Formats: sequence, C-alpha cells, structure tokens
Amino acid sequence: MNDALPVSARGLVKLYGELVAVDHVDLTVEKGDVFGYLGPNGAGKTTSLRMLLGLIRPTEGSIELFGRDPQVAGAKALTGVAGFVEGPTFYPYLTARRNLRLLAAYDDGDSRSRIEELLELVELDDRGDDKVGGYSHGMRQRLGIAAALLREPKLLLLDEPTTGLDPAGMRDMRDLVRRLAGEGITVLLSSHLLTEVEELCNRVAIIRKGRIVYEGQLHDLLATAATGFRLRSPEPDRAKALLLAQPGIGEVTSVDGSLRFQADEEAVAAFSIALGQARIGVTALVPETASLEELFLGMTEGEQKGVEEAVA
Amino acid sequence: MIAAVGKVYEWEIAKLLAQKRTYLGLISAILVPIVFVVVLVLQTGGPNDVPLGRYIRDTGLAAPFVVLFFMSIWGLPLITALVAGDIVAAESHNDTLKTILTRSRDRGQVFAGKVLAVLTYTFVVVFAMGLVGLVAGTIAWGFHPLTSLSGTKVSPGHGFGLLVASLAVYFLPLAGIAAFGLMLSTVTRNSAASVVGSLMFALLMQLLGVLPGTESIRPYLLGTQFEAWHGFLRTPADWVPVIRAFWVCALYISIPVAAAYLVFLRRDVASQ
Ligand SMILES: Nc1ncnc2c1ncn2[C@@H]1O[C@H](COP(=O)(O)OP(=O)(O)OP(=O)(O)O)[C@@H](O)[C@H]1O
Ligand SMILES: [Mg+2]
Repeated sequence: MNDALPVSARGLVKLYGELVAVDHVDLTVEKGDVFGYLGPNGAGKTTSLRMLLGLIRPTEGSIELFGRDPQVAGAKALTGVAGFVEGPTFYPYLTARRNLRLLAAYDDGDSRSRIEELLELVELDDRGDDKVGGYSHGMRQRLGIAAALLREPKLLLLDEPTTGLDPAGMRDMRDLVRRLAGEGITVLLSSHLLTEVEELCNRVAIIRKGRIVYEGQLHDLLATAATGFRLRSPEPDRAKALLLAQPGIGEVTSVDGSLRFQADEEAVAAFSIALGQARIGVTALVPETASLEELFLGMTEGEQKGVEEAVA
Repeated sequence: MIAAVGKVYEWEIAKLLAQKRTYLGLISAILVPIVFVVVLVLQTGGPNDVPLGRYIRDTGLAAPFVVLFFMSIWGLPLITALVAGDIVAAESHNDTLKTILTRSRDRGQVFAGKVLAVLTYTFVVVFAMGLVGLVAGTIAWGFHPLTSLSGTKVSPGHGFGLLVASLAVYFLPLAGIAAFGLMLSTVTRNSAASVVGSLMFALLMQLLGVLPGTESIRPYLLGTQFEAWHGFLRTPADWVPVIRAFWVCALYISIPVAAAYLVFLRRDVASQ
C-alpha cells in the first residue's frame, strides 16, 4: 500500500432534495486508528459511509481512500478497503458459501481461498450450506464481516456493526473488531452506542444533523469533559457549609443526597483536610467524569451549549 | 477487463439458475410447443391461415415455425420480460447492489455481465422453444421435406438449417424486448413494473403494426422483425427483411441498453 491516509474526506455535502443529510463533513482516519463515528439516528453516518464507499455521489466535497477518489478511480479506489453500510445484504436464494464465492469472484486477488477459514472465524462453517434467506440478523451480520474480510482489507468501514445483536453477539463483534485492529487493520466504525466507542476507539468524530460537532482523540474529549467531584457524607448540610467557605471551589450542587462541585485537585486535597478537622464524616469523595453519554446528549440535542463550545 | 466481465457473467448465470422465475420462463418455452403439438395430434383442424400452418402435419419441421409465429405476440415477450425486467430490480429489491458494488468490479463491468446474462437467457429460450417444437413435431409427424413459403420443397436437412437461421434472426427482436426490460428494471428498480412495462411495449409494437395508416413505419417496428425469418423460407432467399432486422434491432437493443448503462453508472445506491 502507500503512505496516503486511509480516509481523508474534505467538505463532504450530500443533499437529498431540500434535506441536507451531510453538511460539510471532514473526516481524517490515520493508519492504525479505530475511529468511532458517533451520532444519533438520522445524523448522516450511513450517508457519509455510502459516499466513502462510492455508492452515492457527494453533492460537494472530495474523498480519498489511500489517496484514491472513488468518484474518479471507481472500484480501484476500494483496493484494500472493505465494509458494509446498514445491515450487510446477500442473495437470499444462495447459500452463504455460494454468496461468498460470488463475492470472491468480484474481488481481485485470492479471496476464494479464505472462504472456509472466515466461515469458521465467524462461526458459520456448519451453516455455510444453508440459504442466507433463512439466516437470522446476527448470522447475516457475521457473514457480512466474513464477506468484508475476504478482501484482506487494510481499512474496514463498518456501519453500526453491533446493532440488533444480543449481548453475547455484541461482545463477540467487539472482540473481533479489537482483534482485527490488533492485527493492524484500520477501522472506521459508526455507532450510536457510546460505550462501544469508548471501549473500542482511539479517535472519534461526533456528527449531529449532518455536521461534525467534535473530532479528535477520545481521551482529549473525556478530559475536557471532567466535570468535578462528588462528596457523600452523613452530614450533608454541615459539609455543604464548609465546602462553600472553602477557597478554589466552584458550582456546588446537591444531587441525590450527595454534593457535586468543580475544583482542581489541590483545592480538593485541602477540602478533605478541612473536613477531617471539622470532624465531618466522609463516605465517598470521588472525581467525576461526564460519560460520553452525557456529552453526547449535550452535543446532539444542543441543550448544553457550553459543552459544545468547550469541545469544539 | 474481459476476464472481469466474464466472472460477473458467470455468476449472473448462476444467480439466474438459482431463481424460480428463470425456470418458469424456460419451462414455459419448452411446454408451449409440446402442448401445441399434442393438441394438434388430438384434433383435426389446423392453423391454416398462418405461415406454414397448412403443412403442419406434413413434417415436424413446420411445427417450430408455427409456434414461433403465435408466441411472438405476447408469449415470448412475456417470458423474456420475466427475467429481463428483474435482472437489476432484484438487486434493488434485495438491496444487494451495495454488496457487489463495494468489491473490485466497476459498475460498467457489473452492468455488462447482466446484459450478457439476459441476452443468453433470451437466446436459450428461443432455441429451446424452436428445437423442442421440432422434436415434438417430428415425433408426431416425422422428419419430412418442408414446403417453403414460395411453394417449393426443401429437404429436411436444408429445412433444419433454415430453422436454425430463422431462430437466430427471431432472437434479435426478442433481444430488443429484453433490452427494454433491462432498461425499465434499471430505471424503475421494480420488477413487476418492469415486466408489465416491457410486455406493454411489445404489445404496443404489435398494435402499431396492425393499425391502418402505419404502413410507412411498419418495416421499422420491433414487432415486424419477428417476421424477418420469412425471408429465409422463400426461394431464392429474400435477404431484405433479414438485413433490415439486423440494423433495426441493433437500434432497439442499443438505445435502451445505453440509457440503462448511463443510469446504472450514475445512480445513487441508497436506501429507498
Ligand atoms: N435515499 C435517501 N433519500 C432521502 N433522504 C435520505 C436518504 N438516505 C438518507 N436520507 C436522509 O438523510 C439523513 C441521514 O440519514 P442516515 O441514514 O445517513 O443517518 P444515520 O446517521 O445512518 O442514522 P441511523 O443511526 O438511523 O442509521 C436522514 O435525515 C435521512 O432521512
Ligand atoms: Mg445508519
């Protein structure tokens, strides 16, 4: 392969009539990334991925996959690239094996020799001679992964790969993604599940109504989102009075019998000594980080303008 | 490039062979001449006012020609449209275009494979019907000399050669209907609409040919080309309708195929 970025999209726009499905999206995925593309329903994740895969034409903007533009290079742009959008689909009247053989014939290279090994990997080897029409959602999803891996991709584009799977299926899918990333495959995965992205991804872009509202390292996002500390005490009123008198403490709120406040670590250390000296008992004093969930809700619903500005 | 199209073609044929509608078409193409011959064996009358109809019981060679005549009105167009109208629409229906278009084959190669598969099916249908008609007719009435449209006797061997040539020419207008079906299939993404639409197109072409006042355009209608084989059955052979069928059908095939190609190349493969 070459040194070009696996994914470099600039100013992507897709209009469906009046509707702006994707609005000036920039995406950069670097080699070795497990890139999370996060957004609620209808945000434009699938539309973005369709453009990357050359299935739909961008209204505006440019795309390069390893330096090749799908609109110019056609199928050549997908060399080393595999994946699916929405649920993977197959010919229902053919067996899984025949479907994979068909797809191998549509590939350059030696896809066909990997069919058995991949059916085994996704645990469909004993069902490989059944027609895909009779497959459950989870089986289809797994077959989709096998179909993508036939191409020995360097870049995998996966659109909500765990959607519709049961907890065990989700775990297996995530383990597989982790394993593939461990083997050096760059992954771009869309999701509306924050835990999934937290668990798997090193970089994220958050899309909302077609626009990217955050792009960067996951830990930077989480760090920006550190909101403060939480205190539990048998004497909340006395604790609160002491806290309010303490220097370097901001925004104290009471939530469910515990106190939440903003402070830097030094101020918190000083406060803990003050608590002891005042003989106020402490059952918990813990730092709190906004879960991605809270961040996400803030950004995607626009309720917490502050967060949006803070991370933008 | 050719190898790539070849692989797509191979799998397009495999897909056709895995679908019921293909067999529905092929079995109809085989059953019609058998039923036709059986009915004529059991009855006394005959199709006296159609080309070669009067000689139907003289030789098995006449049967396929008579069947072709009857089937050109809507039978073979329907059998053809059944598959041609589905070939792209089925991919839309199963949402499998995204699956095959994210591999290493360009859209043009996928499209070419589909065109070749549809033409292959059409070709097989025509020859299956003709040859089964010949076999059924021969079993019923023997393999004897054929009386040509000019009234001369043609030896059975020569007659067989004329039949093969006639089937090849008969294939051309049917390929025109297949091309039209393929275009509808690409544009409408709906199988049923494409099948019905192509059948309507075929019927319209026949209708235009029998309306008064259409004499001047008649030689260029698709329906007329189904009679081009009559030229072979004259002594000496009349090449005018045959040659006209070639270029007229080339237009009826290439225009819809080109239109479908452009649509297929540019279309958004999105959820519907
Ligand atoms: N073919 C289409 N025609 C018209 N509008 C479309 C089409 N495809 C998508 N859209 C619209 O574009 C917007 C983005 O849709 P998209 O499918 O990309 O969202 P998504 O982020 O993948 O959502 P989900 O999480 O539900 O899969 C939506 O408003 C959707 O209605
Ligand atoms: Mg989606």
